[in-house]
Amino acid sequence: MAGLTATPRVRRVRKRPYGSFLVLLLAALYFLVPVAASLWFTVDDPGKGVTFGAYARGLRDEGMATSLGLSIRLGLATVALGLLLMVPTMVVVALRLPRLRRVVEVLCMVPLIMPPVALVAGVSTVLSWEQDLADTPLWATFQALHNKSFPLVLVLVYTVMSLPFLYRSLDGGLRGTDLKTLVEASRSLGASRLGTLCRVVVPNLRPAIVSGAVLSLAMVLGEYTVASVLGFEPFSVWMVHVGDYEAQLSVAAAMLSLLITWGLLLLLTNLAGGRTRNRNRNRNRTGDRRKTTV
Amino acid sequence: MAVTTPASAADSAAPATGQQPGATPPASARRRAGGGARHWRWPAVVPFFAFMAVCFGLPACTLAYNAFTVVDPATGADHYSLENVRHSLSGAYATGLAGSVKLSLLSAVLATVLGTVIGQALLSSRNGALRKAAVSASGVFANFSGAPLAFAFIATLGTTGTVTRLLHLKSTGFSLYTFTGLVLAYLYFMVPLMVVTVLPALDGVRTQWREAAASCGATKAQFWRHVGLPVLMPSLLGGAVLMFGTAFASHATAAVMTGSSVPLITIQIANALSGNVLVGQENLALAMSLNMVVIALLVMAVQIPLQRRSNRWLG
Repeated sequence: MAGLTATPRVRRVRKRPYGSFLVLLLAALYFLVPVAASLWFTVDDPGKGVTFGAYARGLRDEGMATSLGLSIRLGLATVALGLLLMVPTMVVVALRLPRLRRVVEVLCMVPLIMPPVALVAGVSTVLSWEQDLADTPLWATFQALHNKSFPLVLVLVYTVMSLPFLYRSLDGGLRGTDLKTLVEASRSLGASRLGTLCRVVVPNLRPAIVSGAVLSLAMVLGEYTVASVLGFEPFSVWMVHVGDYEAQLSVAAAMLSLLITWGLLLLLTNLAGGRTRNRNRNRNRTGDRRKTTV
Repeated sequence: MAVTTPASAADSAAPATGQQPGATPPASARRRAGGGARHWRWPAVVPFFAFMAVCFGLPACTLAYNAFTVVDPATGADHYSLENVRHSLSGAYATGLAGSVKLSLLSAVLATVLGTVIGQALLSSRNGALRKAAVSASGVFANFSGAPLAFAFIATLGTTGTVTRLLHLKSTGFSLYTFTGLVLAYLYFMVPLMVVTVLPALDGVRTQWREAAASCGATKAQFWRHVGLPVLMPSLLGGAVLMFGTAFASHATAAVMTGSSVPLITIQIANALSGNVLVGQENLALAMSLNMVVIALLVMAVQIPLQRRSNRWLG
């Protein structure tokens, strides 16, 4: 009798999940329709049919090349500065200064509480001190900070904003590696400190470094708020300016930036996966759990 | 992998130093690992703290200090006052703050529910390839926000958008440049973010629990009502807090899509900063920013106790 009553239930569990397919289908529609519609928008010229004029104009547009170049340079500088600051700090904290662990974690997560627009409010106030400092050596520093062709201030602000990404991925990487043993081994075999860092620590943290770098790079390439408030023109700000008189071109640029994000993340899965797949999986799990509980 | 070989060799060669952190290592090893390290551990950490102090601490302190300062336009002297904060919590600015909170709450709740449902659908489809594809797509879409997202939606559902023309949405009175339109656009990057965030937690709901519930005669709905959701609740609330924070902080999407037609605090701050308002408004912008930080702090504080409970079950 018990077997008879249990049978339908077992069948229900094994039933093909049509509900799930419906949910996934609707989700796929919601996510793919805007992309398809935007692509159509860029090539469809009312009255003339399909043209690729927007893309051709984009390629010829000087503003696009300049702003995209600026965005890429800012992104690379941000990643370089972020890694230079974070890798030594986190390695040393993990190895020698465990007391500082919580402090570094809190400091790296604090930018999450501060919305970019609030951060830039503070930054622009600090920048406005420039007039009061005209006679001091600091004045030249301020000039360099908002040099139009390469605004260092954006690099600094973006580095602050990318700390949570860098911290999360490096922390995950450090958890998955027995760094202490590796460093002791390397040092006892006679390697210098710098050699240990470059040839032992960094290769072992490579997946973590790559994932932090790619996430920061994607963030910088799409950033709009800070740059527009401070009056600079990287790619996303250019996109908005050009949208005022040429909608098709800015939508084409938006699609290009989707493509860049996609390419970057694809690069991430290829670079960070593969070789250390097993450890990588653990790392991702801890990384994701941290994300939920930030 | 090549690098781990010396590690295992070192393990067998020097097990005492590697495995007993409490024990005193031999003098030679200590000189090498500990004594030398004293020289290089602080220099490695100092740049980070200096950077944080200058690039984060300085703007943050300026923000907090100037929010409570009023500059006298006649004399240029500044003095302590609550005027900015009072002003930032009244009139149009109060509407903006309330609008931001409402928009963030609604989109956070929707993103949490939809993200969980989609995540569960991915798991129960038991299709590894589909899951992999969906996770990487979620990664891309979660990063697709700001100005590009706004343009994608304008091209799709804007006044001359493809879908608007195709379905004649104009006649139904639909407009993208409203509160509803903003929720629709925000969900585009928040739902994938929630999917990525919640999948590990959903993975943690063991099949055995489901089988145990089923063999005790529970239906699927009863399982979720009494077992699944209570276990997941901390993670879901944590995800919801993350969603709220993301929506609350985002500025570009709304600024590009709606301009200032939907009152939002982030847009008001950016407008005040861009200097197209009266002199002395900068400190008002700082006071508004301070309000944002306080709200973000309050919301984040909710989930610190939750974190511990969640780790107990899904750790």
